[in-house]
Amino acid sequence: MSFQTDNKLIKWFDDRLPLVSVMHHTFVQHPYPRNLNVAYQFGSILGVMLTLQIVTGIVLAMHYTAHTSLAFDSVEHIMRDVNYGWLLRYMHANGASMFFIAVYLHMFRGLYYGSYKAPREMIWMIGVVILLVMMATGFMGYVLPWGQMSFWGATVITNLFSALPVVGDPIVTWLWGGFAVDNPTLNRFFSLHYLLPFVIFGLVFLHLVALHQKGSTNPLGIEIKGPADYISFHPYFTVKDFFGFAAFGVLFAIFVFWFPNYLGHPDNYIPADPLVTPAHIVPEWYFLPFYAILRSVPDKLLGVLAMFAAIGVLFILPWLDRSRVRSAAFRPQYKWFFWIFALDCIVLGYAGSQPAEGNMLVISRIATIYYFVHFIFLMPVLGWFERPKPLPTSISEAVLAGKASTSAGENA
Amino acid sequence: MSAASHGGDGGERRDFLVITAGAFVGVGAVGLVWPFVDQMNPSADVLALSSTEVDISGIEPGQSVTISWRGKPVFVRRRTEAEIEAAVSVDMDDLPDPQSDLERHKDGKAEWLVVLGICTHLGCVPLGFAGEYDGWFCPCHGSHYDTSGRIRKGPAPANLEVPEYEFLTDTQIKIG
Repeated sequence: MSFQTDNKLIKWFDDRLPLVSVMHHTFVQHPYPRNLNVAYQFGSILGVMLTLQIVTGIVLAMHYTAHTSLAFDSVEHIMRDVNYGWLLRYMHANGASMFFIAVYLHMFRGLYYGSYKAPREMIWMIGVVILLVMMATGFMGYVLPWGQMSFWGATVITNLFSALPVVGDPIVTWLWGGFAVDNPTLNRFFSLHYLLPFVIFGLVFLHLVALHQKGSTNPLGIEIKGPADYISFHPYFTVKDFFGFAAFGVLFAIFVFWFPNYLGHPDNYIPADPLVTPAHIVPEWYFLPFYAILRSVPDKLLGVLAMFAAIGVLFILPWLDRSRVRSAAFRPQYKWFFWIFALDCIVLGYAGSQPAEGNMLVISRIATIYYFVHFIFLMPVLGWFERPKPLPTSISEAVLAGKASTSAGENA
Repeated sequence: MSAASHGGDGGERRDFLVITAGAFVGVGAVGLVWPFVDQMNPSADVLALSSTEVDISGIEPGQSVTISWRGKPVFVRRRTEAEIEAAVSVDMDDLPDPQSDLERHKDGKAEWLVVLGICTHLGCVPLGFAGEYDGWFCPCHGSHYDTSGRIRKGPAPANLEVPEYEFLTDTQIKIG
């Protein structure tokens, strides 16, 4: 099982610093359930995206200037003058969107297959922290080009904290380093935008340590019981993951080369003007569902609290879900509610992109209420009332028996 | 530790030293952290940006100008008789943040309204002569302000702020 070699140099090195054997354990020999499907691609894709964001970000920082009078022009300088600057910037900007696409699919996978349940709560909770840090990083990155959306996005988001009683205004002034979003704000956002990806890197390391402690879940939601249930990471999942990188890379390339600005906003190609707010402010698409929740509540403080609660509720999800069955494949009712919830998130995202008035406001209010009902009411109650389908006795039995006995699992 | 409290093994003396040392380390740590926190607050040059003088002689009734003060927009609006009347005649019970029109302009200068052009919801700049009350309308999240800059409808919790300002002459104001 463990790492073996005849090479004396590697033996000498690994005996003193067990780097080779740890890497071997992690990326070659670690056992994974043999039935992982396409929904399990996104973890490794996220690792690649994080690396790509760090690499493109470091080189962009070599050409970018974090000053209110120079930032916008330095981004245009990257686009027009720097060799391949357009490619690097489009990779970085669209890479952020791809990162969020992958992370949301990764999370929905977790919700569908019950990946957050005991004994894997720590993996899930670290993941939620990673999501929060990703959001902070993405938000601050969007401010750096210092266009109209950068400026007004920064203004609106930092003003969220002014909703807090008493300490709100001092906190906002402290975040800004002044009386409005200005040069001190831009400088600190650049500093933190450079730092946080490395914080994410550290959190990902913890995420993986926790994952390897308890092992991966799988579409059947039952644990590995014997050698017939698992296969080693290499070559079986390395080849599966590389196929995933290639497929996801095609999607990424389509955006980078054909629709590089589709996910952005044209107003961000107008330099920031502190005296004029664009007619319709929208955050980047990956914040839209949370933005819709913020706007659906008529009270300022409660709106902000609801928005943070929408992510906070994910932390306690492992304890809200009372069902002992992990995989939705064996949960006939939860399966439906899962898809309704996914639809609800899409509705929230659409509502967030539209002006908050008329029917759209009503729709976003209903969708917001449903979002919380799903977690706080449906999740606990389903666990008591739902009658799950019988679980297979082992992964290998279910997989080798074919579709006959586990049609539900295969349809998932 | 006096002779009365000697327990033989010096336990109390050791506890005292541990607690005292711990307390001093704690105070020291907080003292060291504070400069790293406070460096993010407005610096001296930002705080030094003080006041702005504005010549208002060119503003006709029914017009509004936007000027920049401390990096923030300030609306100086010369209100028409109808707008003043609309602002004065409002029932206080209809206001989420009750304030009479009299409290929002200088004595005897009812036609001049000076407010910060920052929506009290999340800081966008509202559009003038718009919204259901013909005062201001914030396009970001749909707050409506009346001709006195008071919040009437929408998510904003408070009226547009009236900055500190004074009339130097009839045609000159100083903000800040």
